[in-house]
Amino acid sequence: MAYRLVARTETSLRAQLLVPLAAITLTLLAGSVLFSLLGKSPLAAFHAFFVEPLSTRYGIGEVLLKTGPLLLIAQGLAIGFRARVWNIGAEGQLLAGAMAASALALHFDTTESVWLLPAMVCIGTLAGAAWAGIAAWLRTAYNANEILVTFMLSSIALQLLYYLVSGPLRDPMGLSFPQSALFSDAALFAPLLEHTRVNNSLYLSFGATILAWIFVQRSLSGYKLLIGGLAPQAARYAGFSEKKAVWLGLLIGGAAAGMAGVGEVAGPLGLLQRSISPGYGFAAIIVAFLGGLHPIGIVFAAFFMALIYVGGDMSLVSVGLPNSSATIFQGMLLVFYLACYLFANHRLQKVEIRH
Amino acid sequence: MSALLRLRGITKVYPSVVASDRIDLDIQPGEIHAILGENGAGKSTLMKLIYGVSQPDEGEIQWQGQTVHIRSPAQARQLGIGMVFQHFSLFESLTVAQNISLAVKGSIRELSARVEETGARFGLPIKADTVVHSLSVGERQRVEIIRCILQNPKLLIMDEPTSVLPPQGVQQLFETLRRLRDEGCSILYISHKLEEIRQLCDKATVLRAGRVVASADPASHSNESLANLMIGRSIEPPPHAPANAGDAKRLLIQSLDHVPTDPFGTVLKGISLHVSPGEIVGIAGVSGNGQNELMRLVSGEELHSAHHAGELSIDGTCVDRLGPLQRRTKGLGFVPEERLGRGAVPELSLSLNGLLTAYRHGLTRLGMIRFGAARKFARQCISDHDVRCGGEQSLAGSLSGGNLQKFIVGREIALQPSLLVLSQPTWGLDVGAASNIRRALLQLRDSGAAVLVVSEELEELFEISDRLYVMFDGHLSPSLTTRDTSTTQIGRWMSGEFLQETITGASDH
Repeated sequence: MAYRLVARTETSLRAQLLVPLAAITLTLLAGSVLFSLLGKSPLAAFHAFFVEPLSTRYGIGEVLLKTGPLLLIAQGLAIGFRARVWNIGAEGQLLAGAMAASALALHFDTTESVWLLPAMVCIGTLAGAAWAGIAAWLRTAYNANEILVTFMLSSIALQLLYYLVSGPLRDPMGLSFPQSALFSDAALFAPLLEHTRVNNSLYLSFGATILAWIFVQRSLSGYKLLIGGLAPQAARYAGFSEKKAVWLGLLIGGAAAGMAGVGEVAGPLGLLQRSISPGYGFAAIIVAFLGGLHPIGIVFAAFFMALIYVGGDMSLVSVGLPNSSATIFQGMLLVFYLACYLFANHRLQKVEIRH
Repeated sequence: MSALLRLRGITKVYPSVVASDRIDLDIQPGEIHAILGENGAGKSTLMKLIYGVSQPDEGEIQWQGQTVHIRSPAQARQLGIGMVFQHFSLFESLTVAQNISLAVKGSIRELSARVEETGARFGLPIKADTVVHSLSVGERQRVEIIRCILQNPKLLIMDEPTSVLPPQGVQQLFETLRRLRDEGCSILYISHKLEEIRQLCDKATVLRAGRVVASADPASHSNESLANLMIGRSIEPPPHAPANAGDAKRLLIQSLDHVPTDPFGTVLKGISLHVSPGEIVGIAGVSGNGQNELMRLVSGEELHSAHHAGELSIDGTCVDRLGPLQRRTKGLGFVPEERLGRGAVPELSLSLNGLLTAYRHGLTRLGMIRFGAARKFARQCISDHDVRCGGEQSLAGSLSGGNLQKFIVGREIALQPSLLVLSQPTWGLDVGAASNIRRALLQLRDSGAAVLVVSEELEELFEISDRLYVMFDGHLSPSLTTRDTSTTQIGRWMSGEFLQETITGASDH
C-alpha cells in the first residue's frame, strides 16, 4: 500500500475552512508535546493561553488591543498577496507610520485641536505607503525583488527609529532616555472600554475590513489584482498593467501598516520609543494566510493570533512558560498551515500495488 | 487473435454528467484504431480511464486477456500503454533530453543520442539539447511523441496529434505511426480530422454523448458519412460569398522588423500586411515561424521597439506605443492560442472570465463589478455558441478545451470588434463546433469587420479566408487571393519558397 498526492479538480469551501482549523488543531497537539517536555501540564498551559485572557475584562481588552493592528495590517497585506505581490516588510511600514505620526504629534504638542489625531492618521498612513512605495518603485523600474527590498527596508526603518528617539525626537526632559516626550491628549485615541487599554483605533481596523471586503469582492481593481496573481499571462492579454498591480498591492499594504503604526504610538504607547511593535508586521503575514486571504477569514485569524500574544504573556506568569512560547506558537501555526494548505488543493490517493 | 485491450461496460459518472456510458471497445494488436466524437462526447474521459488517470465506476478492462485495474498512469506505462496528451507535460526550463530522462532511464548523453536517432527515424527531427521553452507547440509535441516511443509501448494513445503539424509533417507522422503499427504497437488515435482517420486508421469507434454509436471501417466511409455518424445530423459548409472588402486598411503593418523580448523567440523581418474591413485574411505556416511573436505585437501584449523599422496602425492611427487595452478601445478583439491562463483564467467562473475583456462594455459601474450583468453576458456567450458546461458559474478550467475555446471566441465576437484577430481559432474543436465558429467569423466579416486568422489548418484557411499570407522563419509572404491559389503552392511557400520568388521577382502578387 502506498499513497500519493493528487491535485484536486476543484477546491471546496469545506476544504478552505478545514485548513485553518486543522492547522490550529495540529499546533495545539504539537504544543502539548512541547509543554510536556518542558515539564509543564499542557492543560494548564492551554488554560493560560486560551482561557485566562478571555476570562477577565482586562484580558479581553488586551486581546482586542492586539487584534486591531494585526487585523488592519493583514487586510492590507492580503490584497497584495492575492496579486502575488509579496510585501513582507509591513513591520518597517508600521514604523514609518509611527515615526511620521509621532513627529507631527510632538511638533504640535500644545495644540488641543480635534484635527491633530486625524492628521496623524493621514500622515502615518501616507508614510507607510511611501515606505512600501520605495519597494514598488525599485520593482517596477529595476525589477528588484520586492521580498528582499521590503524586508531590508524594515531594518532601515528600525535604524531610523533608533536615530530619531536618540536624537531629533528625544524628550529633552527625559534624562537622555531614548524615547520621546509623552503625547498630548489631543494626539491620543480615546479609550473604548473602561478599565482596559483598548481604544478607538479598533474602529479603523473594522473600517478597513469592510473596505477590504468591498475592494476584494466587488471592485474592478480588486478583480484586476486577482487576475494578475492567478494568471499573469491573462492579465497581460486583457491589458491589466502589471506595474499598476505591484504599485497598488504594495501601497495598500504599506498604508494599512502605517495606519497601524499610528494606532500604536497614539494608543497604548502614547510616545515614540525604541520598541513599538512586538512583530505585528510579521505576525500579520501569518494572519493573512491563516484567514485564507479572505477579509472575513482574516478577522478570525487576527483574533486568534492576538490571543496567542496575550496568552503567551499570561502563561509566562501563571505557568512559568518561557518568554518565547508565543513566538514558537506563531511559527508552528504557520508551518502547519502551509502543510495543511497543500491538502486544500491536493488529496491523498491510496495506490494499491497489485500483481 | 485475442484483443490487446478490451473494455466491457465501462461507465464513469461525474456529478453533472455520465461521461462514459457502458462502453465496449476492442483494440487488436497492431491496429490503428480511431476514436471519433464531438467535444464532450467522452473521448478524453475514456482515454483517462485507459491511461489510469481516473478509474471507471463500473465495467471491466482486460489487458492481453487479463482483467486489470489501472490505478495510475505509472501503472499504465508499466503495462505498456503510452499517451501523448493534447496539453503537453514538459518542464519548460529543462532541455529536451533532460525532460525525457525524467521518464526514461539512461544518462543524458546516451538519451540525447537516442532522442535524435529516434527522431530522425520517425521523421520527428529535434535537437536534444534545446531548452523546451524555446520550442514551438509543434516541436514540443515531437518531444512528447519521442518520449513515448522510447518507452516501447504496446499501445500508444494519441490525442489530436496532427493539430500542430504542417501538411508534410502529418504525412511523416503517419509514416511514423504506420511503422510503429508494423512493429506490433497498437495505436488509439483521437482526431476530429475525418480525412486523416480515413487515410490512417484501420478501424473507427464513434462516440456520441458518452456512448458508442457506431463501429466502422473508416476507409469504406466518406467524410460526410463519418461526420453524420459523429454529430447525428448533417453539417453544411458555411456559405462563403466573395469578400466585399473596402479600400480602407483597418490593420496595416509596414515593413516591420522586431526582435522579441524572449531570447528564444523568432525575429520578425520586414513584415508587411493589411486587413481591410469586410475581409478575412489568413496567415498559414508551421507554428514557430514567428506567428506568436506577430500576434503579441498585434495584440499589444508586446510592444514594437521604436529602434526597429516599421510600424503598426489601426484605422490609420499608429498603435506602436499602445497597450492591449487601448487597442481594444480602437476596436481590436483578440483570441490567443493558449486558452488556459491567457485567454481565460482556469480558477475563475465563466462569468468572471467574461469580465476579463468585456468589463468596459457596461459590466461595471463606478469601479464596481455588476455581477448580474456579468452573469448575463456569460450566459449569452454560452447560449450563442453552444458552450457545453454547467452554466455561467462553472470554472473555466472544468470545461473541455473545445468548449472553452467556443466561450472565448464567443466573448470576443460579442464585443463587436471592428478588427478581430484569432490564433488557431478551431484547434482541437470537432467538425460541428469548428464550422459554427467559422460561420460566426464569416458573419462578422459580412457585417464589415476585418478578421485576421492565424491557423495551421490549411483546409480551414481555404474555407474561410479571402486572402492568404504564409509565414516562414520570421518572414511574411506576399498576399495571395485564396480563390486563385492552391494548397500545393501554399505548402511550398510554407517551407520558405516565397523568399526566393520574391528575390528573383518571379512573384507578381
